Amino acid sequence: MSAPRSTASLRHRLAERGIDPLLMLVLPALLFTIALFVYPFAYGIGLTFQPTAATVQKWGGGVFANYLAFFGDPFVRDSVWITMRLAVPAALFNVVLSVPVAMVLRRRFRGKRLLSSMLVLPITLGTVLTAQGLLIFAGRQGWINRALEAIGLIDEPLKLVNNYLGVMFSLIITGFPFAFLLVSSYLSGIDPSLEAAARTLGAGWWSRFRKVVLPLLAPGLATTFILTFVLAFSVFPSARLVGDPGGTTRVMALMAYRSFGEQLDYPMASTIALLMGVVELVVVAIVFAWRSLLYKGSTGGKG
Amino acid sequence: MAISATTFESLELRGVGRSFGENAALSGLDLTVKAGEFIALLGPSGCGKSTALNCLAGLLPLTHGQILLDGRRIDTLPSEKRGFGMVFQSYALFPHLTVEKNIAFGLQMRGVPKAEAAARVREAIALVKLEQHAKKLPGQLSGGQQQRVAIARAVVLEPSLVLMDEPLSNLDAKLRLDMRTEIRRLHQTLGLTTIYVTHDQEEALSLADRLVVLREGHVQQIGTPDELYDHPRNWHVADFMGYRNLVPGTLASVQGGVATVDLGGVAMTGTPVGSLAAGEAVRVAVRPDDLVVADGADAVRDGNALDATVAVVEYHGREFAVSATTDDGRTFHVRTATCPEPGQRITLTARAARVLVFAEQLASAGDDSGARERVLV
Amino acid sequence: MATTAPAPARSRRRAGTLPGERSLVASPSTWFVWAGMAVFLVFLLGILVTVVVDSFGKQWFDTWAPVEWTRTWYSGAWDRFELGQVIGVTVGVALAVVVISVLLGVPASYVLARRSFPGKKLVMGLFLLPILMPPITYGIPLATVMYAFGLGRTVAAVVLVNLVPSVPFVILTMTPFIEQINPSVESAARMCGASIRQVFTRVLAPLLIPGILAASILVLVRTVGMFELTFLVSGPGSDTLVVSIYRAMTSAGGGEARQLISAMAVMYTVTMLVILVVALRFVNPTQLVARVKESRDD
Repeated sequence: MSAPRSTASLRHRLAERGIDPLLMLVLPALLFTIALFVYPFAYGIGLTFQPTAATVQKWGGGVFANYLAFFGDPFVRDSVWITMRLAVPAALFNVVLSVPVAMVLRRRFRGKRLLSSMLVLPITLGTVLTAQGLLIFAGRQGWINRALEAIGLIDEPLKLVNNYLGVMFSLIITGFPFAFLLVSSYLSGIDPSLEAAARTLGAGWWSRFRKVVLPLLAPGLATTFILTFVLAFSVFPSARLVGDPGGTTRVMALMAYRSFGEQLDYPMASTIALLMGVVELVVVAIVFAWRSLLYKGSTGGKG
Repeated sequence: MAISATTFESLELRGVGRSFGENAALSGLDLTVKAGEFIALLGPSGCGKSTALNCLAGLLPLTHGQILLDGRRIDTLPSEKRGFGMVFQSYALFPHLTVEKNIAFGLQMRGVPKAEAAARVREAIALVKLEQHAKKLPGQLSGGQQQRVAIARAVVLEPSLVLMDEPLSNLDAKLRLDMRTEIRRLHQTLGLTTIYVTHDQEEALSLADRLVVLREGHVQQIGTPDELYDHPRNWHVADFMGYRNLVPGTLASVQGGVATVDLGGVAMTGTPVGSLAAGEAVRVAVRPDDLVVADGADAVRDGNALDATVAVVEYHGREFAVSATTDDGRTFHVRTATCPEPGQRITLTARAARVLVFAEQLASAGDDSGARERVLV
Repeated sequence: MATTAPAPARSRRRAGTLPGERSLVASPSTWFVWAGMAVFLVFLLGILVTVVVDSFGKQWFDTWAPVEWTRTWYSGAWDRFELGQVIGVTVGVALAVVVISVLLGVPASYVLARRSFPGKKLVMGLFLLPILMPPITYGIPLATVMYAFGLGRTVAAVVLVNLVPSVPFVILTMTPFIEQINPSVESAARMCGASIRQVFTRVLAPLLIPGILAASILVLVRTVGMFELTFLVSGPGSDTLVVSIYRAMTSAGGGEARQLISAMAVMYTVTMLVILVVALRFVNPTQLVARVKESRDD
């Protein structure tokens, strides 16, 4: 159908499509993002194809030498697996555990506000302080080992830090509050009358959770998993400070820093950084695919 | 009284239209508004009435036509320069300002001196009877009070035109009646020219001097309440004017101002509206209170006799609202003084003068191709 | 099942709950949750308390608590790591990041909340990416560019890298906040004769303040705690507190005395707490994250 020709000015016709002077307000942020995110990123990608002479000499492959080095050097390549082995369980643990905690904290009880604040407190601690605390508290002569020995549960101090376990502790302590906050807010977006309705229809607590709450919460859980995973995936200080940076916690971020800060091999550092992004986006894409497969209705929570 | 309307000679809308991409939300609206007039734009949701209002307000740019105030084009002016007042469906009060400051806002924007502004705000508050609540925030007021603040905020500026966008639709039934009277009172005392958007025909009929009925962006009819009430131009307007029974049929014949319609084997006579040709698809329109239950064969009027079975009976105070279904499944709504039993067989009848026969096809002024295509979509 | 299952849930903790809000989780699992939380809190308190105790202990090896107490680690750390200057840089950087990211982010979120325009999805995606990506992925190329432009190890570089995730963060938190402000309030202001500029300053700004404050606090906390990006471009004179602590912990040759680091870590936490307490005087941090929840609970 053809409407009679518009008598409006060009300005009006553009405004009709949403283009008007107010749109300029988005420009500063957009230009900033292009200058400080898109451009360096593109520059970094370009850099990965300009390997240093040393890399080319060692690995060959011309412009692809960095990639050959990444996949050829087991010390670097294995960091992908090492990173995943830390980040995926940590993110899963945080998300799965925060669901029951958030559900319990939905109720009213005395001291709830205090408990909620306590759970959120580690957000302000930061990874470095957490690392320092863990080293002392969970170290060979820390209070944990001391207490366990005192009650006779163990004879030898457990090795809780400077290994895989230490990093895991650190990831949970810093990641859980974050997951908890997000899950609580998604949970609060689910209308409680839905559960009441399910109850009147005769659903027990497990059916109510399984058939009503969980499907509505699933998209939020997927988002929470992604954000928690991103946090855990780029773990660096804790892997270095409370982990075993040469072995079981030799994560990709550590490798990227090694090239950047110690070897001053910027092209190789960019390559590792870029591949980190690729690996992470693959995981994110899988989660999103799973989410859209699982759930097609409108989200119960926000977003 | 110091608050009064800024007067003008005429406000003219010439072929005003608004398209969103290929989709015309409003097209070809021609209307001349005289100072002091109360005009209601009436139609179902999505008919273009709010679009028309927003175009007038300047909140939406026009894509077609012009708006002239005393011969001067104003459709190119930004909203704040048009000097109109507006009352929104959602009240749209500034939540961070007290009642007083909400009302004073526009005066401040126009640089009215403080003393004068304060006096006018006081007067406006008195006008809507909110003296007790002047220092409260909007969140502390009830819906009706909030809407009164919104009205005061609009009229305190002495606008040449007040635009009201379904101002009563968020209020409950009783409050709606009170506020309706309130709006009418304000209009009479202040002489404000008002354009009022609503989907409620009762509101429109009781408030307005003239009504504009819209459907899918096209004007269906413009006229005074009694013109529209007694002489709807098509079945869509009739629908809005209380013709609840709109039964499709085929026109058998038209002779001397009497149309005979075939309603699936039963013949019904009525008054044709517009030019109709035999064989055409038509709609027979009767108000529930014009349809009566015939007590016996001699009570049948103008030969109109429909046999039906009572399906639902509702108690409405002095009378009963009855839905009855004919043997071929057409439902008729009728008012009765006595209470029939569901399942009871009754005969319905109506005077031919009270039965209107409209063409099924809704032609709209000027451009009907667009309307028809949209019906198909 | 339908009638029997809720029974265990009812038996306990019934007094404080409303009919519609009774827990879905039955007793045994509830206790499991409480136990888990207890373990978490023990770890949390343990970490906090040990660091504080350590920072005041003269020596602390093979005992439950230090034998002798001292405050010298604080003055030692203060002088040794030039903490006055470091804290100054930290606070300065954080404030600069907050102000700039609000100035850039809020107008953009207004447009994203109110307008639809060609390419909007693309722009949204662009703003989402820096939050979804690991900081190192864009941090390393960004730092490389910084060094190439001669900005390396400057305070300006630290501010710039921290802005990369902060600007999108402000946009993503403010967009829904602006969406829930009724747009007809803006129309009403214009009908009252306010120009577009006046709509922003007189009507929108006061309404946006709570959201802006909440977003600012989150950005502030994130920036003070941001290690990964700052570490890439900072150096002597532009290190923030976290980076200083990290450098002290990993310095070559066995590192600094543990108590010195603990003292720094305590100072870090205190700085963070002071910022939070000051901020909390102005705003409720759950306003953005859990607005719905709070309103239902109270």
